[in-house]
Amino acid sequence: MLATERQPDSAETALKRVPLHDLHVARGGKIVPFAGYEMPVQYTAGVLKEHLHTRASAGLFDVSHMGQITLTAKSGRVEDAARALETLVPQDILAVPHGRQRYAQFTSDAGGILDDLMVANFGDHLFLVVNAACKTEDEAHLRRHLSGTCIIEPLPDRALIALQGPKAVEVLSKHAPTIAAMKFMDAGPHTVQISDQAIGCFVSRSGYTGEDGFEISVPAKDAERLAAALLADPAVLPIGLGARDSLRLEAGLCLYGHDIDTTTTPVEGALEWSVQKSRRTGGARAGGFPGADVIQKQFETGAPRRRVGLRAEGRAPVREGAALYASETSPEKIGAVTSGGFGPTLNAPVAMGYLPTSLSTEGTAVFADVRGQRLPLRVSAMPFVPNGYKR
Amino acid sequence: MTTLYTSDHEWLRIEGDVATIGITDYAQTQLGDVVFVELPKVGRALKKAEAAAVVESVKAASDVYAPITGEVIEINDALVADPALINSDPGKAAWFFKLKIANKGDLDGLMDEAAYKAHTA
Repeated sequence: MLATERQPDSAETALKRVPLHDLHVARGGKIVPFAGYEMPVQYTAGVLKEHLHTRASAGLFDVSHMGQITLTAKSGRVEDAARALETLVPQDILAVPHGRQRYAQFTSDAGGILDDLMVANFGDHLFLVVNAACKTEDEAHLRRHLSGTCIIEPLPDRALIALQGPKAVEVLSKHAPTIAAMKFMDAGPHTVQISDQAIGCFVSRSGYTGEDGFEISVPAKDAERLAAALLADPAVLPIGLGARDSLRLEAGLCLYGHDIDTTTTPVEGALEWSVQKSRRTGGARAGGFPGADVIQKQFETGAPRRRVGLRAEGRAPVREGAALYASETSPEKIGAVTSGGFGPTLNAPVAMGYLPTSLSTEGTAVFADVRGQRLPLRVSAMPFVPNGYKR
Repeated sequence: MTTLYTSDHEWLRIEGDVATIGITDYAQTQLGDVVFVELPKVGRALKKAEAAAVVESVKAASDVYAPITGEVIEINDALVADPALINSDPGKAAWFFKLKIANKGDLDGLMDEAAYKAHTA
């Protein structure tokens, strides 16, 4: 068995390392290639325990492979940076107050999604966090379109550490009391005290697990000290990418390149909630982003397909790539699973996929082809597990 | 009673012309937490190297191949009900299925415990 264990080929041996690499190895991290980096997929506890621990207590995730980029208007005014960014995203960035962040997407001329990201207003500039696999292209995209009016500065010397779970606030506030007052999607500078050292960090109260938690941007040279201090708390376990994926799947959160990509619009991706009225037809700053005509039309007349949650009726996981059908015998493929696996908190298989909009209502029965058999699924609301956000 | 091993991490316990088959501790460590197992039906005729069962961890599915040719005479329902047994007791409680051995010669190519230990060292 184990025929599916894939060995890295020589092209992948030139992998980059995150600042916390040695810590991952020392803690028993099983290192695998991911987005060009060596990353821990799990530690000694294993994916299941790491997942459950995050929802019950606090998990520490190294997401330093992701891209951190600042966008500063040459005028020095954040409003100008916001207006500039609005030419690339369908979100209202101008309305994001100082100290807050917003979920956004870079769209293509066809209305598809080039990447999804978080955008924070830090008072005199915007702070962007983008996906690891897209960060090089995202930086090029920003430069190509905005370098006339803005300064684009990647921050490769910063690590990004996420602390997620119901005990995260208790753990982090021992080192940074000011974070306790943050609400979900607040973002800004906070000092984190580790013994006698005061470390200047950028902290957001957000994450990718559906739980309350924080993402901490820290200078790379201070990352190990910060991570070690947080891991010293008995409430905290290190969590690998395996559990990160099962956590975000149960939370109904998209994984770029799988659930959303250049072929999916924000409407098809069920992300209309992230496109504020001001950018839609009739709004104060309607359109003006790539693919606006396609996306506005979908807002008006609907999109042909939609991303939905899927619950299996049995125990077999239904995974990415599985074809979806309207019946047990119909030969016509109506959609596909884009993310799927086992949800440890639900103790059941969970998946996301695309179906024709007419079949996207909760409770609709569909079938997935798994190893030649048609397994029954039902369209389910997301998140599959209730959020723990502190709004 | 002898226990033999395959190079892809299955064990076989031979008693007369019946082989009880499972996967090794090495295999379960590689797999991680198991959440689902699909076993062949009783009565199925398996050819050596044919895909016989599926083990799913949280992240991925893995095939288990028939180590020898034979007929499935019994399957482990307790394993289907509790897939995590593979992680906790891969060598005993988490047996997958029993085969009626078609050809004793198939056993010749398999490893004994010492050889398997060397294989996974």
